[in-house]
Amino acid sequence: MTTAPVLTARGLTKSFFGVRVLDEVSIEVRPGEVHGLVGENGAGKSTLMKILAGVYQPDDGEIHLAGEQVAFAHPIDAMHAGVATVFQEFNLLPDRTVAQNVFLGREPRRRGVVDVREMARRTQHVLDELGVTSVRPRDRVGSLSVAQQQVVEIAKALSHDAKVISMDEPTAALAAHEVELLYRIVRSLAERGVGVLYVSHRLKEVFDLCDTITVLKDGRLVSSGPADELGPDELVRRMVGRSIESYFPGPLEGTERGTELLRVTGGGNAWVDGIDLSLHAGEITAVAGLQGSGRTELAEAIFGIRPFTRGSVEVGGRRVRVTSPRHAARLGIALITEDRKATGLSLAQSILDNVLLVIRGVFPRRTAHVRREADALMARLELSTDRLDREVQLLSGGNQQKVVLGKWLATRPRVVILDEPTRGIDVGAKVAVYDVIRSLAREGVAICMISSELPELLGIADRVLVMRDGRLVADLAPSATEEEVLRHAAGAEVGA
Amino acid sequence: MRRSPREVALDLVSPQRAVFLLLVVLLVAIVVVNPSFAEPGQLMRFLQRVAPVAIVAMGQYFVIVSGEFDLSMGSLVTAQVVGAGVLVGQDGSRTVPVLALMLAFGVLVGLVNGLATTFLRVPSFIVTLGMMLALLGAVMFWTGGAATGNPADEFRQIGRGGWREVPVLDFVPYAVVILVGLLVLALWYTHRPAGKLHVAVGDNVATAHHAGVRVWWVKTRAFVISSLSATVAGVLLVGYAGVHPSVGRGYEFTAITAVVLGGVVLGGGRGWIVGALAGAVVLEALFVLLNYAGVPSTVRSSVQGVIIIAAVAYSALDFRRRRSGPATTSPAGGDAAPAPGRGGDTSTTSPAHSGA
Repeated sequence: MTTAPVLTARGLTKSFFGVRVLDEVSIEVRPGEVHGLVGENGAGKSTLMKILAGVYQPDDGEIHLAGEQVAFAHPIDAMHAGVATVFQEFNLLPDRTVAQNVFLGREPRRRGVVDVREMARRTQHVLDELGVTSVRPRDRVGSLSVAQQQVVEIAKALSHDAKVISMDEPTAALAAHEVELLYRIVRSLAERGVGVLYVSHRLKEVFDLCDTITVLKDGRLVSSGPADELGPDELVRRMVGRSIESYFPGPLEGTERGTELLRVTGGGNAWVDGIDLSLHAGEITAVAGLQGSGRTELAEAIFGIRPFTRGSVEVGGRRVRVTSPRHAARLGIALITEDRKATGLSLAQSILDNVLLVIRGVFPRRTAHVRREADALMARLELSTDRLDREVQLLSGGNQQKVVLGKWLATRPRVVILDEPTRGIDVGAKVAVYDVIRSLAREGVAICMISSELPELLGIADRVLVMRDGRLVADLAPSATEEEVLRHAAGAEVGA
Repeated sequence: MRRSPREVALDLVSPQRAVFLLLVVLLVAIVVVNPSFAEPGQLMRFLQRVAPVAIVAMGQYFVIVSGEFDLSMGSLVTAQVVGAGVLVGQDGSRTVPVLALMLAFGVLVGLVNGLATTFLRVPSFIVTLGMMLALLGAVMFWTGGAATGNPADEFRQIGRGGWREVPVLDFVPYAVVILVGLLVLALWYTHRPAGKLHVAVGDNVATAHHAGVRVWWVKTRAFVISSLSATVAGVLLVGYAGVHPSVGRGYEFTAITAVVLGGVVLGGGRGWIVGALAGAVVLEALFVLLNYAGVPSTVRSSVQGVIIIAAVAYSALDFRRRRSGPATTSPAGGDAAPAPGRGGDTSTTSPAHSGA
């Protein structure tokens, strides 16, 4: 690792409306290196990435690429110079083929017409270099999985002869078994001498992949150095000033497993089947499973979005048929959905309006009462803003998730279902979410938590149910190992 | 919070506030050209003329902020005007029953618009366009396209009459009282839980549905409100303009222009009803000014067309300015992860293109 850096940024500074979000940050990426960039939300990772991608222009500081100073006025400049960025939201045309996407806007031509064969050949070449066999140049992008679409994005970057590829939370949308593919690709990129800048919240990934780790906090550089000099404990401490032990709080004193609040017997619909589920007061039931195993569909069935068509449901001992979210809310069931921007928030509205949404829609008579208590409620969730009239879209992911939680806690639910409640939020917000779950359990709420992050599930759950192909296939104790859960979740394909 | 003069100035020209600045500028300009305009009686007559448009704009506000359009308002105004003319005739004692009938018809039209939009899942643009043509056709069939007789004076007084020789104000038209009354009612409603839901539904339907909100009912309510406001406007216009199948023509677009001018975002989720009302007054004030300046009234449509495009462009410009601010930087990390298996539409959006 003594090679000269391919990318050097010095003293990058960026302010928005007088708020300094990046403060004299310097970073060096060497060829063949996987460089992890970590920090809480709002630490400045995204701003830094966007400056390197040419999306933003820095107020101060300079960027050198292969020894020459560069300035990117536009993302295309960065691309041409050899700095490619794979954002979380892909920039792909779903109805076009892989090859068409890879060569969009610079298709190889022959006699003035697009040379389809040449385009496919060159795309295949790039895919071969990545060692990917599951994606073919003529596949329609819309028919690919999220992981495969990501491969297309990476192939696009590589076809531009990228010297540096930065990736923003590349595994956020991937299922556990798809992550291996990404790992392989990242490693093969590094072997080819590409510098990879890897932004992630998942510490395990960072340690698995990265040679160097740079930590940002509050827009400033905390440290930058070889990964093997850092332990997970030390890394978390640098990111948040909190140690990893407090990551998964234990049950609070006075938490008791109480009566059964929700029971599903033989529940099924077009997505799930044979569901036998029992949620008890004070108990945290986790549901594990791969993407597409039916976890989200199970939550949606209970909540009445895709109602059960078979079997029976009892809430608080009373037989019910939940046919709409409204009905579910009336019964005291809350669902924190997986995609908070699409189904959890009204982004242009204030924090208060979001918090009051269910109350206004379902329990309008309680509005005045809840409005008076909103401050206390959000303080309990450790929302780090004192102004409830701020628009939700201006908040960080962690604070947005707290708003979603607040919206449902305002209804005083008896059963709370959380679908990926910590996806894409920073460590501090995660801990706040865990704390809330624990305190709800003590208050006698039945919790059902769905998550892709096994350490989290095993760290907080009293029981772990595993889903596969729309069915609950295992009921494990929290002492189960990650391997055990994965074996049930993946079924026969384990080890692949 | 203390704000710098620059921030205050920026706030004044923001799409939500600009309409009020514009209103003041226009009124001052009118008074400069014609000082008698500032006399209370003149001002009241101006407001009387504005009232029908302003009421229609307030109705349209609820539909637009809920994320829909109501193109049937103008035709409904026409239908109500013609209906009133025929049904009341010269018998003043029919005023009250016919008013009740008109309101019931308004509710019916709103319900049809709302239910067809929400349950049949036909875009409201199409539903209300169909309703507009259907009502217009019915009116034409009924009247043969010609003016019918004016109804009894009792009925016409609602739109043209008022209290005279009132101290200070000189003349207080019933229309202005109705306008103010409806504004107070609307403001009260927008602060009620039920009223707040319109904006929430317009902002994000999926979120509202997942929160247990009855989306169909919120949207249908908006359509009923807009149809009722068109009905009230019709009642006023009978008195003011008389009974003719051309009365009310183009009101839907005037209302939409006023709403957009008032800083209400097309597509829903953002906007203030007072802005919509101010937008309507600004439009009328502009026409008064153009009138004084000797611009023929036939050019009205063109002016309106330019205004609606400019207003939407201005708010889009402002939106981009906001987007390039901290909004895109603070929600860092994985919160923008596309939900797998939820359709490929997320994959076409790129922060690299939309953020700059």
